Amino acid sequence: MTREELFEQLNEVFQDVFDDDSITVDETTTANDIDDWDSLEHINLINAVEQKFGIKFDMGQIVTMKNVGEMANIIASQLQ
Amino acid sequence: MKELEYPFDSSLVLSKYKRLKRTLLEDGATRIKKKVAVLGGSTTHDIIRSMELFLLNYGIEPEFYESEYGQYWQDAMFPGPELSEFKPDIVYIHTSIRNITNAPDISDTTESASAKLDSEYEHFKVMWDKLYSLYDCPIIQDNFEYPSWRLLGNRDSYDHRGMVNFVSKLNLKFAEYAENHESFYISDVNYLSSCYGLDKWADTLYWHMYKYSLCFDAIPYLGFNVANIIKSIYGKNKKSLVLDMDNTLWGGIIGDDGVEGIEIGQETNLGQVYAEFQSYVKKQKDIGVILNVASKNEEENALAGLEHPDSILKKDDFIYIKANWEPKSENIKAIAQGMNILPDSMVFIDDNPMERDIVYTQVPGVQTPDIGKPENYIKVIDHAGFFEVTNLSEDDKKRSEMYKANLQREQAQNSFADYGEYLKSLDMHAVIKPFEELYYPRISQLTNKSNQFNLTTKRYTQDDIAKAATDTNNITLYGRLEDKFGDNGIVSLLVGHKDGNALHMDLWLMSCRVLKRDMEYAMMDSLVAECKKQGICEIYGYYYPTAKNKMVENFYGLQGFEKIAEDDGNTTWKFVITDDYVNKNNAIEVENNQ
Repeated sequence: MTREELFEQLNEVFQDVFDDDSITVDETTTANDIDDWDSLEHINLINAVEQKFGIKFDMGQIVTMKNVGEMANIIASQLQ
Repeated sequence: MKELEYPFDSSLVLSKYKRLKRTLLEDGATRIKKKVAVLGGSTTHDIIRSMELFLLNYGIEPEFYESEYGQYWQDAMFPGPELSEFKPDIVYIHTSIRNITNAPDISDTTESASAKLDSEYEHFKVMWDKLYSLYDCPIIQDNFEYPSWRLLGNRDSYDHRGMVNFVSKLNLKFAEYAENHESFYISDVNYLSSCYGLDKWADTLYWHMYKYSLCFDAIPYLGFNVANIIKSIYGKNKKSLVLDMDNTLWGGIIGDDGVEGIEIGQETNLGQVYAEFQSYVKKQKDIGVILNVASKNEEENALAGLEHPDSILKKDDFIYIKANWEPKSENIKAIAQGMNILPDSMVFIDDNPMERDIVYTQVPGVQTPDIGKPENYIKVIDHAGFFEVTNLSEDDKKRSEMYKANLQREQAQNSFADYGEYLKSLDMHAVIKPFEELYYPRISQLTNKSNQFNLTTKRYTQDDIAKAATDTNNITLYGRLEDKFGDNGIVSLLVGHKDGNALHMDLWLMSCRVLKRDMEYAMMDSLVAECKKQGICEIYGYYYPTAKNKMVENFYGLQGFEKIAEDDGNTTWKFVITDDYVNKNNAIEVENNQ
């Protein structure tokens, strides 16, 4: 999967979770950029991403992830 | 909505929560509104979300109160103004093994471990008692999952110092409280977590990251479980299974393979699977689920299959056996009509996805679960909670016989030219009396189940019924009808409140299985008699239209009321009681209160 394809799939997850088809994310997107992205929605988001890519984040990864770019890095490393 | 029907994809329920909720709210369905207070011992956010979706799908629009994180006990014992003003219809307490504070340890004696058990139980019991005294409403309480680790290994289960042992005993104490308290319900987390797999259910990542006592993916199952209890309390259980035959009740196609060729019974592996399924279905009948057949078959073959010596289900277990070459959707509509029930209270069981799909699209409301392979039929139907039992009345156990008797009545009717003669021939006896405590469960159940012959569609919990019955400002009547074919049980209810010399009807309903038997007139006669006794001279009736109760829009007119107001479909009717009131019912012999 190319980085571009990975972000396309991430967009789908974000659009589902926040029920907003206009959302697109990039390397630097953080919770501050999306209105409804609070700590409770974060749980849902993490799980939706895990589901979409068939992967599992461990606690250390969830705690240190700083933006969507870092999330994509972890996904990419697990998909290899 | 397919996404929310068992077996559902739990990961989609929450990731698509917002979309699913929006779609449900836009579907134009009428829903009853209920206030649910969720008191949590850990995070409840997504548990509430899943409950919300499943409840909406069941025709219940919930409004939630959510306690602050972990404050379940404080909120119950010392409620702030927000909860007091909220006035819950239902309280759900979500607690888990993480909330146990008196866990045994290795220094405990039998006595001290037992004292810990008692104080842990007391901690919950005082809360339930308090909640009852404050809100007098149904309470749903999670019991406990087993611990994720066992310090003493297998010994943990039988040693008084073991946590597995402690949890088992505590759960039994919860069960005992539930057995002795009406409107107290256990949400059996212990069972759910076992089915799901305890190691996955109690994945500690979700506790340490988010303070969820269960893993995220299991949350919809918990929400679904609680929603099933709630929809059952409000009378939204399914009523009937409609079963296909070939490859559903037995292996093979009876038209091709012949009765000796089908697989049922102990001779073959697959035969055993179907036998087990049939005996499960038969047990459903014993708890009040009505069985019917819709099968593409010659009727003769269908009946031959049920006469197979190893067939556990027999012809007499079913009300309607529709075995013909009509589309199954048409047969299901005919069954619904014949039984006077709505398609949305039926579950269609068929191994063939095509047939399921046709029924799903052609008969809106019927549920058509994907039952998978024969060895999974029981599991899917069972876990779907169609018939979640929150109350098991005597009437439930006899329901199938009652419908059977109805069919016999229909056949008898055809032999009479005059309907009045027919009614007389039924030899009907009714008991019509004020609500009696013995019948509160059934009475409450009826108020929640009756949709069609129901003037106000007001729902009562068992506690509400107790209150209505003991309030001397009310007149309440229940009607029980028996005839030569059998006892119909309690079939009609009235509640009215007095205001001076007038009575205002809060509730008037009747079960559709006794339509056209003059029972509604017998109820009216008894009501008038009761009013006279209490010095009431006017009765005001109210009709509130819903999607389902059009059949009674002119009910009060037929009873001789005069329409005095109409507002947006709601109508108000008035009846003046005169000294020369003539009883309208002649067909039923009535026993009233002396």
